[in-house]
Amino acid sequence: MKCRVCRGPAVIDIRRHNANFCREHFLRLCRDQVEKAIRRFGMLQPGERVLVAVSGGKDSLALWDILVDLGYSADGFYLGLGIGDYSDESAGYAHRYAESRNLTLHTVDLPATHGFDIPGGARAAKRAPCSACGLSKRHLFDEAARRGGYDALATGHNLDDEAAVLMGNTLRWQTEYLGRQLPVLEARDGFPRKVKPLVRLSERETAAYCLLRGIDYIVEECPMAVGNKHLAYKAALNDIEVQSPGAKHDFYFGFLERASERFRAEVEQDRAALAACERCGSPTDAGVCAFCRLTERATARAPVHFSDRGSP
Amino acid sequence: MRVVLRNPTREIDVDGPMTVHTLLQRLDLNRESHLVICDGELVAGDRTLPSGAEVEIRSVISGGSR
Ligand code: SF4
Ligand SMILES: [Zn+2]
Ligand SMILES: [Zn+2]
Repeated sequence: MKCRVCRGPAVIDIRRHNANFCREHFLRLCRDQVEKAIRRFGMLQPGERVLVAVSGGKDSLALWDILVDLGYSADGFYLGLGIGDYSDESAGYAHRYAESRNLTLHTVDLPATHGFDIPGGARAAKRAPCSACGLSKRHLFDEAARRGGYDALATGHNLDDEAAVLMGNTLRWQTEYLGRQLPVLEARDGFPRKVKPLVRLSERETAAYCLLRGIDYIVEECPMAVGNKHLAYKAALNDIEVQSPGAKHDFYFGFLERASERFRAEVEQDRAALAACERCGSPTDAGVCAFCRLTERATARAPVHFSDRGSP
Repeated sequence: MRVVLRNPTREIDVDGPMTVHTLLQRLDLNRESHLVICDGELVAGDRTLPSGAEVEIRSVISGGSR
């Protein structure tokens, strides 16, 4: 196989583009795709300060690397979720990358700052781990971006993630979620702008990007992910993709271009007035925000709480 | 050739040589969700993997409804 650009030996074949690429031209393709997404959806302006949510996995590290390469002033934010060895190891990858590139990585450790970890918190609050985790991440990422005065929060959601979420939302016709599934959410009422610059790259491409750039990332999967629907949707979509290269791209970008608008009205209508959470000051429509309620339930039975109250 | 698979990490022996695509097919692995690394280098689908190669097949799918 030969590189589409220089005819040199290819290291990767991408059937969606019906092309093969050498190392150099594949890396350029990745940057071009990110730049194209940023421009097409107005994600970032030159010179803006970006906070990248970094997990130690391939997507967020590739994202951080590319944003810095494209000239953005991008700092990282790592959230320790307290998921045993998995969290310790992923923190190591995030720190090593930041150090090797001389970049700033902010960290928050959920058990240390809020008194619960994801497995324990999910159990206590009777929620699925990924649901408690997603809620915590959204809350703490937003807070970090707001406090740090960043212009935008960038996450490593790639084409496979977005197509899988779209599939889940469509299978159940969750019209409200469909109305919100956008690559950019503008800042409003104390929430930072949220952007997903990797939507034009597949997971296979972000992993290859890391390999070819010498970025070490955590290959092991989060133990909480086992058997979840998100993975099942991804596998189903990849079965379709093999038969019909480009299917994931057409599914997701066709939705954005031709269908997404139809679900917007419901979202606008439901948009409740937000006020500051009574506990933490984050914007919420519920008096006490969902994260503070999770924290309350998750820490209610923790021994440390009893001794706080002065029980014998 | 020795083939390392990840998640969970395990090792198998496969008689070579064969191309990257044939190897994936034989193991019933989807080429959209795997990368193949031969002696430390990422290799494209038509590359022939020699008998003595050290091969890693890396799944690229990560879970979690983030
Ligand atoms: S798999 Fe679930 S629990 Fe694990 S990091 Fe992802 S969202 Fe959190
Ligand atoms: Zn080339
Ligand atoms: Zn709150």
